[in-house]
Amino acid sequence: MTVKTERGGYPFIMPAAVVLVLVTVYPLIYVFWLSLHKRHLIFETSTFLGLGNYTFLFTDERFFTSFKNTVYFTVTSVTLELVLGMCVALVLNSAIRGRGVLRAVVLVPWAIPTVVTAKMWEWMYNADFGLFNYLLGLKVNWLGSTMWAMNAAVFMDVWKTIPFVALLLTAGLQVIPRELYHAARVDGAGPFFMFRKVTLPLLMPIIIVVLLFRTIDAFRVFDAIYVLTGGGPANSTETLSIYAYKVLFQTLQFGYGSAISMVVFLCVGAISVFYVRLLWRQP
Amino acid sequence: MKVSTDKILKRWGILALLALVTLYCLGPFIWQLLTSLKAGVDLTRLPPLLPPAPTSENYVAVFEEHPFLRIIMNSLVVATSSTVLSLFVGSLAAFSLAKLPIRGKAVFLAFVLSVSMFPPISTVSPLYLIIRTLGLRDTVWALIMTYTTFTLPLTIWILTNFFRQIPHEIYLAARVDGCTRFQIFYKIFIPLAAPGIFATAILVFIFSWNEFLFALTFTSTVNSRTIPVGIALFPGIHEVPWGEIAAASVVVTVPIIALVFVFQKRIVEGLTMGALKG
Repeated sequence: MTVKTERGGYPFIMPAAVVLVLVTVYPLIYVFWLSLHKRHLIFETSTFLGLGNYTFLFTDERFFTSFKNTVYFTVTSVTLELVLGMCVALVLNSAIRGRGVLRAVVLVPWAIPTVVTAKMWEWMYNADFGLFNYLLGLKVNWLGSTMWAMNAAVFMDVWKTIPFVALLLTAGLQVIPRELYHAARVDGAGPFFMFRKVTLPLLMPIIIVVLLFRTIDAFRVFDAIYVLTGGGPANSTETLSIYAYKVLFQTLQFGYGSAISMVVFLCVGAISVFYVRLLWRQP
Repeated sequence: MKVSTDKILKRWGILALLALVTLYCLGPFIWQLLTSLKAGVDLTRLPPLLPPAPTSENYVAVFEEHPFLRIIMNSLVVATSSTVLSLFVGSLAAFSLAKLPIRGKAVFLAFVLSVSMFPPISTVSPLYLIIRTLGLRDTVWALIMTYTTFTLPLTIWILTNFFRQIPHEIYLAARVDGCTRFQIFYKIFIPLAAPGIFATAILVFIFSWNEFLFALTFTSTVNSRTIPVGIALFPGIHEVPWGEIAAASVVVTVPIIALVFVFQKRIVEGLTMGALKG
């Protein structure tokens, strides 16, 4: 007996498709439309500018600063997270007992609300009563100096996201066949040689996925830094998302703010295309 | 007995590393906990690290001087509703992607994946205008709608993978026995994929509990304000009330940490499933 020809499963997928189109695709078209206008929220005026907002970006020094800040934050934090996350993954992978508890412990920084994390670190960075200055015996004004504030944000982000990186890498480490290590050991390979020639190549697809997720997340960072420093001092920690937010909701320039957020969107799109192509080229 | 000393050394080495990782991960939270027990002059004195006169003052203030209970209730309502809705809509879609004949599955999954990469800042301005037009500003509905949508990609992605693992013969057998597709979905597939659904639910709940940008933008009073906004905008009269902020942080973080300790295995499953099965 054969099942009679099935109708399509469209009714099942419809609600999700409709919701996604209405709440993500439509707003995306809308934001592009907004970015072509000069629109102020209070005066409710809207004039068509064409690409005027985009050409203005090139003359806006604050835009360039926030772009540079975003790139600096992304590159430093993702690099540190990958290297340290790999170290934690190797520890997690070699720990035989207590792995369950350790896994829960490692998840804590990931699960704590980012806003709470930022408040916690703001307090620890406090120049006068902060834990860091006390433990290090220093008197550094971490969040008040243009030299340190962005690095302080990077340290915080690294703390928060190492767990995510480490857990994904651990999952990857666990599927590497043990025999490969045995074979390499028989051939007299040392631990570093094994890491470089066995672990790293086999882990590469996962490393790329981790880099994809982390780079995107770091590039669109908002809440962590917004709560930690508000973008200050002297805009030294203002990222693109924070600048866009301020233009949108503090000065209420919806057209120009939308143009900045379109830039964030395009950059994130470019980053994902880059990594996805890299992933495809993996053997 | 050189071998055994080596082994002992190695074991202690690993233990030391584990201790280091634990201290690193829990340290900041422990410090926040200690801060929450300090008041007045103790807050601005170091040493001692431990509170010399532990007090519950900050906790009392959080609930009595601030509408924090209301804010927690808002967060509970928003996170629970978003989780239920996202799982309902998402699991239907995942079921059809995994088991039913539809065209353009790959395209739809690619679309879903790209939506998960949308920067929130890129949609916040139009969403704000839409929500204002609909008259939903400063209501929990605005947040529920947004969180349901933005967690859909994760839900669809994980559950499609879970449903795919269920043998197609089960589907066919039930179909031959005369079950409708919707019956197969909720009587057979939902129970069979329960672990996956559970893992997804935790991830969606944590996302909705923690989200900040949309919450900051769409809410303006305690009518709909959620925990992250409440903590970020914690009011102080003359100076930052670090003790009270610490107490509030502890109150909202403890449930999440409990969730993590109880369900760590499921969470890791969900996280790796969501990220690696691409």
